[in-house]
Parts: sequence; C-alpha cells; structure tokens
Amino acid sequence: MSVEPPVVASGLVKRFGDFTAVAGIDIEIPAGEAFGFLGPNGAGKTSTMRMIGCVSPVTEGELRILGRDPRHDGREIRRRMGVVPQLDQLDNELTVEENLVIYARYFDMSRAEARRKAAELLDFVQLTEKAPSKVDPLSGGQKRRVSIARSLVNDPDLLLLDEPTTGLDPQARHVLWDKLYQLKERGATQVITTHFMDEAEQLCDRLVVMDGGRIVAEGSPRGLIAEHVRREVVEVRFGYGRNEERLADLAGIGGRTEVLPDRLLIYDDDGDAALSEIHRREIVPESALVRRASLEDVFLRLTGRTLVD
Amino acid sequence: MIDLAPALHVNGRSNAFFRRIWKGVLIGSILQPLLYLLGVGIGVGSLVDQGDQAATLLDGASYLAFYATALVATSPMFVVGQDALWPILDGFLWSNAYRAMVTTPLRPVDVVLGTAIHWCLRGVIAAGGVATVLLLFDDTRSPGLLLATGVGVLVGLAFGLPLAAWTATRDGDASFPAILRFGIIPMFLFAGVFYPVEQLPDWLEPVAWITPLFHGVELCRGAVIGGLGLGRAVVHLAVLLAFVVGGFVAATITYGRRLHS
Repeated sequence: MSVEPPVVASGLVKRFGDFTAVAGIDIEIPAGEAFGFLGPNGAGKTSTMRMIGCVSPVTEGELRILGRDPRHDGREIRRRMGVVPQLDQLDNELTVEENLVIYARYFDMSRAEARRKAAELLDFVQLTEKAPSKVDPLSGGQKRRVSIARSLVNDPDLLLLDEPTTGLDPQARHVLWDKLYQLKERGATQVITTHFMDEAEQLCDRLVVMDGGRIVAEGSPRGLIAEHVRREVVEVRFGYGRNEERLADLAGIGGRTEVLPDRLLIYDDDGDAALSEIHRREIVPESALVRRASLEDVFLRLTGRTLVD
Repeated sequence: MIDLAPALHVNGRSNAFFRRIWKGVLIGSILQPLLYLLGVGIGVGSLVDQGDQAATLLDGASYLAFYATALVATSPMFVVGQDALWPILDGFLWSNAYRAMVTTPLRPVDVVLGTAIHWCLRGVIAAGGVATVLLLFDDTRSPGLLLATGVGVLVGLAFGLPLAAWTATRDGDASFPAILRFGIIPMFLFAGVFYPVEQLPDWLEPVAWITPLFHGVELCRGAVIGGLGLGRAVVHLAVLLAFVVGGFVAATITYGRRLHS
C-alpha cells in the first residue's frame, strides 16, 4: 500500500486582496524528509508555511496535508502537527513548565500526561533545570528551545519550523541545529523556512528556492550548487565601485563571473587554480579568498540579488 | 461548533495567570465597593435621605440601597471591560498566545469561549465581592443578592465580548484609554447608577436604554430591593443576553479573520 506524502501541493496560490504572496507552486514532501523553503523576505515562504499549517485558507490550487484536506480537516491535521513560529509565542510571565503543560492541554492531554511530556521534552532540549523559572529572563536561544519543546508535545508527524534560528547567536544556532538533526534521525518530517544559506545546507535534504511567490529552483543543497554554480568561488575585491572596470583583466579565468558593488565572484571547480592564474597575470586585488560555493551563490545566480540586502 | 473541552483548555491558560493575582483581586473586590459605599453611598445618601422627597424619589428605598445595588453590575463591567482590552490585544499582538493556540486543534471560537468562561469567574468575584459587602447593611441584606451576582456576571460578558470583538481588530492600544474615558466611565455616569434615569433630560434617557449597564443595574436593583415587574425584568434580561450572544458571534468572526488570514 502506498502512503500519501505528508505534504502535497499543486498550483498553490495565496492572495491578499490584490497582492499575490504565493503565485502557484507545486511541492511534494515525502515522509521523513527535511524540506526547506529558501528565499528573501517577501518571497512567499511564510504564506506557504501558514497554508501548510492550516491557519491560512488556500486561495487557489490543491493542498493535502497528512492525507487530508485543510479546508475541512484543519483541526485534525493540526492535531498531528508541530509548529515552531518565526517569533516565539511564549507566555513570558509563566514558567517554562507551565508554558509546556498548558500547551499540551490544547491537544486534549490529561494534566498528568502533559506534565510527564513536559519533563521529557525539557530533558531533550536540556532545560530541565529551568522548568520552574519564568520564560522572561531566558536567553534567546533558550526561549527558542522552549518553543521547539512545545512544538513536540503531541509527537508530531509533521514539524513546521519558520526561520528557526533568526536572531540567535552562532553558538545557540548550532545547539538548535543539533536538536533538529536528532529529531530528523527519529524520522519526523520537517518543513523549514530560512533565509540563511548555511542553515539550509545544514538542515535540509531537499529545498526549493522561492522568489516573488514562485519556485525558481529545486533540489538538494549540493545538487543546486552543482547545477547552478561551480564548486568553489574566488572572491576578489578591488575596492568599492571599482570592481567592474577590472573585469576585462580577468577574462578567461574561472567558469563564470559575478560583479557586485563590493566584490567580484569567480566561480570555478578549482578555486586555487583560478587564484593562481590571477597572481600569474600580476593582478593585485585588495584582497582575494577561495571558499566553497554556497546556496547564497545559487540564489544570486538565479535572481541576480543577494539574499539579505 | 460550540465545544466545551477545548474552551476549558483556553481557560486553563487564563487561570495560570489568575493564580498569580487572585489574592489581590479578591481583596480588591471587597475593598473597592466598601470605599464607594462609604464615600458616595453614605455621604450622598445622608443628603438625599433627609431631603423632603425622600419617601417618593427612590420608591422609598434608601439612597445607600439604591446606589449599592447598582455596584453589583458596575463592578464586573469595570473588571471584565479592562480585561477585554490589553490582555486580549496581548494574545494577538504581543505574546501572540492566540496565534499559538490556533496552530493546535483549537479554533478561534474555542479561544472566544475559553475567555468568556474565565470572565464568568472574574464576574462572580467582582459582583460577589459587592454582594458580600451588601450583606453588612440591613437595607440590602437579601437572598436577591445571589440573583444580582448572576446578573453581574452577565453584565461583565455583555461588555467584555463586544469589546473583545473590537479589540481583535486593533493594531495597537492607543485608543484604549479613550474607550475607558469616553465609553465606560460615561456609562457609569448615565446608566442610572447614581440616580434614576428618569432624572435625565428626556433626550438623554433613550441613551441609557441602549447601554447594557442600565439593564444590568435595573435587574440588580430589582433583585435586591424589588419594585421591578416581571415584564420589564424579561426585557432587561433579553437585552443583556443579546449583547452577550451578539458579542460572542462578533468576536468569533473578528478573531477568525485575524487568526486565520
């Protein structure tokens, strides 16, 4: 017997009045996959996420979540889903444990069951000792972990994470990524939105790049890089605004060149070789470095814009 | 559509907050009417009751009894009315607790009903506090106080629900002080709390009739000191219920628009 994938969308559209937030997208997310929506602010990621989360009606197209239609079965679908919102929606004046127990009760769990689950999840996110303290004084990373714990009270089959690490310091991000990775190991299907390239590369098996409400590319992080850019990038800087005039000097080096106001990007499978060629031609930039190509480069290639501007 | 179990879970969140303030709320519910009664009831009362129209003006009731019974209705109005402003906007705008709720099996209607259930408790405490104080006075010691407390709860809901429906459409709290200053306080002044509405100029009298407070005040007074015919009592009750039901429906709609956009 074939099982329907947890998320199937075809021709999905979301309009708010005259504004089209999502302009007809097709996605299919199989069970157990970590799937990412990548794109700048306003790309339609959050609107898509809200439709999948059954809190925003579909304007047009078909959407099936966990084998059901959100139009009629929103409540039943949400019962099996966990949501980590973009901004923490915690009650700051209540304790960490209260936040979890009250939330667990929304899923019709008994008080005893809710307390047991809260203790188990606080252990998982390593906040057991914070259970009796208020949420307010916690750090941003700790609050996020409370939000993650809260989203897991119902052992969700589908976990939605909307920009899970926005606003966190690098250390807190890594702690969170580690937790999400553990959840993935347990087999939970995850849908993640992010505008951080490194996050998408860390967390997602497969992703779509969105821009202007449409999907502009789809694939695995490595696959997208291989398909749209080269493996490595040489970043050279000749000084702000003076990069374009040096383009001719670099002709023939690398696979493709991208000019930005502050730097030139040269894509090549062998970045060191490209850099050697620059040196051989006795071109002396202010600075030059070789790095691995990232999804950021894919996005730049596809849309002509950087992600965070 | 109406389902009690999920609404009780919503109420559970309100209770968690209430557990932190219940002592102050309880003491305040007794202390505030006591101060009002000492200040206005006894002070103005001695003036009115010694006047030459004392026997006819308030149908023979003492001013203390006349005024004090109205407080059973006004007290829940103030308590629930305020609760329908900032704490409700908090759920949509600051803590976003309502947004979190609707990502679970809870629906907007459950959020509204759960809040209304909590307001019943707040109404019982506010009206019950006044009723408790009224047990101290010979003029107002009556089994009707129990009935009046029930009316007080209805008055709280009749204010809270329509107000919450409106609050759910706000993007900030800038207009809230004006609601108190130009909405709720004037109602307190013109809805027959301090004097019979018949004393108002004729053109102002109908205004009292469209406020839920006036109907609550008349019912509370009737329940404790009598003099209210059954027909009029039914009309007053019907108006109060209309505000409660209308407010509930309106809030379900505005909550839904805001949370399921």
